[in-house]
Amino acid sequence: MKRITTGLAALGLGLMTTTAMAGDVRIMWYSDGVEGEVIQDLLNRFTAENPGINVILDNVAYKVVQEQLQIQLEAGEGPDIARVTNIKALASHWLDLTPYLSDPAYWQTNFGQHADWMREDGSQAITGFMTQLTLTGGFANATLFEQAGVALPGEGATWDDWVNASAEVAASQGTAAAFAIDRSGHRISGPNVSYGANYIGADGKPAPVDAGTKAFAEKLVTWVADGKMLKDTWVAASGSTYRAAADDFINAAIPFYYSGSWQIANLSTKIGDAFDWVATGSPCGTNGCSGLAGGAALVAVKYTKNPEEVAKVMEYLAREDVVKEFSERTLFLPAHAGVVAGGNMNWVTEDKNVVAALNKFIEAAGQIEPVAAQLPAWKWGSAYYGALTNRLSQVMAGEMSLDEAYSKIDADIAEQVAAAN
Amino acid sequence: MANLKHTLGAVITAPLGWVAGLLDPPLRLWQRWTGQGGMAAFFLIPNMAIFGLFVLLPLVINIAYSTTTGGALFLSERTYVGAAQYARLLDCTDYTDPGTCAEDQFWTALTNTALFVVLQVSMLIVVATITALILNREIRARAFWRAVFFFPVLLSPVVVGLIWRWILQRDGLLNAFLLSGGFEPINWLIERNWAFAAAIGVTIWAHLGFYALILLAGLQAIPRDLYEAAEMDGTRPARAFWRITLPLLMPNLLVVIVLALIRAVQVFDEAFVLTGGGPGTATLFLTQYIYEVGFASLLKNPGLASAASILMGGVLVILTLIQLAIGKRNEKRGKLK
Repeated sequence: MKRITTGLAALGLGLMTTTAMAGDVRIMWYSDGVEGEVIQDLLNRFTAENPGINVILDNVAYKVVQEQLQIQLEAGEGPDIARVTNIKALASHWLDLTPYLSDPAYWQTNFGQHADWMREDGSQAITGFMTQLTLTGGFANATLFEQAGVALPGEGATWDDWVNASAEVAASQGTAAAFAIDRSGHRISGPNVSYGANYIGADGKPAPVDAGTKAFAEKLVTWVADGKMLKDTWVAASGSTYRAAADDFINAAIPFYYSGSWQIANLSTKIGDAFDWVATGSPCGTNGCSGLAGGAALVAVKYTKNPEEVAKVMEYLAREDVVKEFSERTLFLPAHAGVVAGGNMNWVTEDKNVVAALNKFIEAAGQIEPVAAQLPAWKWGSAYYGALTNRLSQVMAGEMSLDEAYSKIDADIAEQVAAAN
Repeated sequence: MANLKHTLGAVITAPLGWVAGLLDPPLRLWQRWTGQGGMAAFFLIPNMAIFGLFVLLPLVINIAYSTTTGGALFLSERTYVGAAQYARLLDCTDYTDPGTCAEDQFWTALTNTALFVVLQVSMLIVVATITALILNREIRARAFWRAVFFFPVLLSPVVVGLIWRWILQRDGLLNAFLLSGGFEPINWLIERNWAFAAAIGVTIWAHLGFYALILLAGLQAIPRDLYEAAEMDGTRPARAFWRITLPLLMPNLLVVIVLALIRAVQVFDEAFVLTGGGPGTATLFLTQYIYEVGFASLLKNPGLASAASILMGGVLVILTLIQLAIGKRNEKRGKLK
């Protein structure tokens, strides 16, 4: 009997350890590169300093964050902290950390610039911080350009310049296409703005598709029809499914690739010394040479049972030295004003391409158009991006005309706004 | 050793006997009050409770969601819109042209699914029948070949989709073979017709073994003496197939047809991993449409997705009723014989 009792007690204890307890802080985390290992290392140090707080890092796929987190949040469940990119649309679920922070002013000073990206319109809440700032931009395979004897387009080069130069390289080197852009409405929004697009109406709601968006959309469709833009990313899927073309660039199937700064570590790791590559910034349109800023935020979830512990973890991860180390090891652009002002980043890499690429993106950040700068804090951005991806890929697949696509994009966005309201 | 087993058995069964003894009087009383029907109901309650909780209740909740709008998860926080979601899905100027519909991609998905069902099921039945006929013959290493054809059934649909993606993608295995043979590579997953054919081919490959197995069981149940008698009468093999094999295989064939139809209407996993619904919306099927609207898009619309799933459920109910009707007809025929 005694043995049975002991066994039951052990079983009960075992079950208890798998469920959340006071002091537990569960983090939902996704990785583009090595940041999962880096954050685990940093959290191990935190746990050593704070033995009363048990931090559990759940490394999940990006798709899990995109598709499952929102459902958990709507049900009043979810992790205590999450790393997200859909920051603004889910802002109603984030915890205002202000009452739990020892120094809210530190957060305002160092992260205040992006605070609106992760809180509801009109709110002054401190909900988290950006683990990385990103900026969309291009990458060129310098080795392929050199082998083809084609000069890399210089400062002020337009999209046409880049695509035509890349097409020359593709023809010379026999690559699958001249260039590719990730299948994402976010990715084409910087270029759209460069051609004069403005998604935000006077009332703050989505504006109808304008001449700027149409100008770049027409170019995209033409480039796909010409075979200059790789069909595999945009045409080969339906809906708003995200597809990156990073592997095609890594495999030298395209000489020019438009994605963003978050790819730097990925490219460095996978390309190694196979070829030389450079970051190019964003090619220019008629109105500018804008990329689109964004990034991933670490936010506290308001359904947490342990807000004090959550605040302690967040305060640790937001510390200047921790942010600096995290950025240096992950090769991410830091969002901490103090770290940025301090400069002197010791990027942890032996790849000569990386430092130059990071510097190029920092330089390109100064060319973001004001309209593009508003988009990360605009709550209808996701609706716009999804509709653009969905309908433009239908045009590229020959299923509808551009004019039909424009009216469908407007209708899709209007429907999403109505449904969300 | 035998004594130990006996003692152990007694120790284990003793509590069961004690519980049974405890339940016996109230159950006898219940049977006296309600009769045999009441007893049947009593024993069905646990099963029905599980069925109700995990099948009926979600169905009712799904219907309730289809009458609401908004992004909120809880029904209490959602706005009631009546049949507006259904009206939106069915709102078309010209039903033969999905482009004129308010939810054009729902109609595209519906059209694609209908075409897929017709082509995939008919090809699957033919190939599965031929496979079963071959596997039923006295061929060398028959057990091995049966295992080979059944093996894909054991694979996860995602694995099936990925394997074929690696084979069919632009720089995949098939194009490598074509190039090495001096042929022009084909972008199988980018060309509309090839992508649709690939979706059909891969799903047939993945499920062929299961249906061939059902047909093989039917073939093995056909008495050999019928073929021997036909052979003695000088009947040609083709005539024996049409006059003996096919009629006697018909009950199994009908089961296979209905199961394959239902499975084809629900097509999602292998096709989604293989083509992602593309190129454009060439392989966008109903289940993927529901998944996209309800779960995958950045601004989710569970009300519209629920309404679409209820409409799709209606199609499946019709197919199930056909299956039941066929089953009953076969049963009647069997009794008449």
